[in-house]
Amino acid sequence: MDFLTLIQVLDSTLRLATPLLLACLAGLYSERAGIFDIGLEGKMLVAAMFAGAVAAVSGNVWMGLLAGIAASMSLSALHGIASITFRGNQLISGVAINFLAAGMTVLVAQSWFGQGGRTPSLMGGGRFDGIELPFAIGPKDAALSDLSVTKLIEQAGPIQQVYSELISGHTILVYVALLCVPATWWLLFRTRFGLRLRAVGEAPEAVDTAGVSVVGLRFAAVAICGVLCGVAGAYLATGLQAGFVKDMTAGRGFIALAALIFAKWRPWYALYATLLFGLLQAIAVRFQNIEIGGFVIPVQFTESLPYILTVVILAGFVGKAIPPRAGGEPYVKEN
Amino acid sequence: MEKMPRWADVVLIPLISLLLAAFISALVIIAIGEDPIAAVKLMINGALGSTYGWGYTLYYATNFIFTGLAVAVAFHARMFNIGGEGQAMLGGLGVAIACLYIPWPHWTVALLAAIVMSGLLGAAWAAIPAYLQAKRGSHIVITTIMFNFIAAGLLNYVLVNVMRPAGSMDPASAKFPEPTHLPTLYDMLTPLGIKFSKAAPANVSLFVALIACVLVWLLIWRMKLGYEIRAQGHSESAAKYAGINPTRIIIISMLISGGLAGAMAINNVMGEAERLVMNATEGAGFIGIAVALMGRNHPFGVVLAAVLFGFLYQGGAELALWTDIPRELIVVIQALVILFTGALDNMVRMPLERIFLALRKERS
Repeated sequence: MDFLTLIQVLDSTLRLATPLLLACLAGLYSERAGIFDIGLEGKMLVAAMFAGAVAAVSGNVWMGLLAGIAASMSLSALHGIASITFRGNQLISGVAINFLAAGMTVLVAQSWFGQGGRTPSLMGGGRFDGIELPFAIGPKDAALSDLSVTKLIEQAGPIQQVYSELISGHTILVYVALLCVPATWWLLFRTRFGLRLRAVGEAPEAVDTAGVSVVGLRFAAVAICGVLCGVAGAYLATGLQAGFVKDMTAGRGFIALAALIFAKWRPWYALYATLLFGLLQAIAVRFQNIEIGGFVIPVQFTESLPYILTVVILAGFVGKAIPPRAGGEPYVKEN
Repeated sequence: MEKMPRWADVVLIPLISLLLAAFISALVIIAIGEDPIAAVKLMINGALGSTYGWGYTLYYATNFIFTGLAVAVAFHARMFNIGGEGQAMLGGLGVAIACLYIPWPHWTVALLAAIVMSGLLGAAWAAIPAYLQAKRGSHIVITTIMFNFIAAGLLNYVLVNVMRPAGSMDPASAKFPEPTHLPTLYDMLTPLGIKFSKAAPANVSLFVALIACVLVWLLIWRMKLGYEIRAQGHSESAAKYAGINPTRIIIISMLISGGLAGAMAINNVMGEAERLVMNATEGAGFIGIAVALMGRNHPFGVVLAAVLFGFLYQGGAELALWTDIPRELIVVIQALVILFTGALDNMVRMPLERIFLALRKERS
């Protein structure tokens, strides 16, 4: 494997890790506030569908993004009503949301576009384009010379290769997702809101005693979760691919959940975990079966590795993952 | 003192939840420009209007009885087994091993061996999450979700690299030999002089599922172990105080749950496909959640809910065939049932409790 191949794998790692990272941070807000959310998958899926549909109809990808966020937030609201207002089982609510999304997306896309449950392919302004950073090799340089971008990068030096291939040329949502990591860290660990949000996931009775609304904080956390899942889903349909297809999240919501446990509910570790899982996906896509010294690692193993690693971490054999103490428990105020 | 009479809890609440789900589904059908009444007529006609329809309805119901019981048994110990899907996949692997590699003389012995193998592999797949929950405190919901994905990867590997016959492109095992083919309802009812569709896949597994219901009922309400499982489900600390070992109960109830989910494979893999294919479970493991919630974790309720979902599945297939309503409508209905009977249970329950309390006050 030469240097450029490595850079290309890392490049697709970054692109594949982006939806995982956004969804993982989404789950982080929700679970830190004590609301388990296994409905990340469903929220991403509705966001992808509505983002794809609205971007196709309006021709404006930003409208698509907003529609995706709105769709995801409406499911968040449902989750909030079920698990905060009516103190229902948060896990069952998450399961219901996943199925609701799986069914509704196909139903709506089919009756809207009649293309077998997908949205029309996006072109031009309907998609997020890659942003070319200064001095990077991009389509403009390719237009000036008569070589393709790939060829130009191949001929460039290693530093320029890293810069042009890995760092430059991603859609804006990739950079936004990366910026969300320090932003989340700051919000959770350096602001009053963050302190209260974390407290409500550990000891809601203490927050209540201090005169702060447990319900309000939890709804705020669930709403932030909806926004981030919405961005993640919109990225799938308008950044990573050009349009929504049935079941396009393909378990990413659950990988994000796995990453969240892997990261032990901490923002910076969430970045590392999702990059690791993104790398595994990128390797599985590019190499299929890998042969190391006569021993073949099947692609199915690489694809299952995020789940296997999560179980190992959950088992506590490699450092124990302890969830927020009040997670999954509805808060009942004493009379 | 109970706030509501038992019949309200067992019958009224599921019924109201079901009506709510049906009402919203009707709105969805209207929203996509179809006629809900015509749709219901078509579904009833397609699923219950012929022995062919009944054959499919009962075939699906058989799957859902197994997975519904699986979820219900775990619920009794207050555990949420989302891993029915993965356990049923492993059960399919067990059936395939039993049917492909041993020359059985007759389907009866083959069926017994398949039940044992599928149950064992299903239970084994539930054993690791159960052990981790009991001993390491890892949340069973998360581990069983992860095990669903690992099962899919494992099955994919086995079908592509191990069980696929040479020269075949299809990721599926070879066809099971003739003596392992299970008699369908047609085969069983014809000697009795009852006409039944020959094409429908409902088979002898239906009766195995009903026997499993009786056994689960005996276990939960007539045996010491079942009492311990329910005690643990009501209050772990009280159960522990009474000398019940929580580790033992968690592991045993999950093994039973996984075994039941795995045993589903005798219906879909052995009875219908007669070979192991990718995605043979078709989400039945997840429908078990809806079935158990609707059936209030009671075997009799599970049977009723399973038949209802069997009807929805077959009716939904007919809808997709004759109208522009996609099959995914059933997934939406399933989601609404889980939502109303599970997550939004209190929304239905709280006003009802208030009504019953008011009625009681008036009487006294």
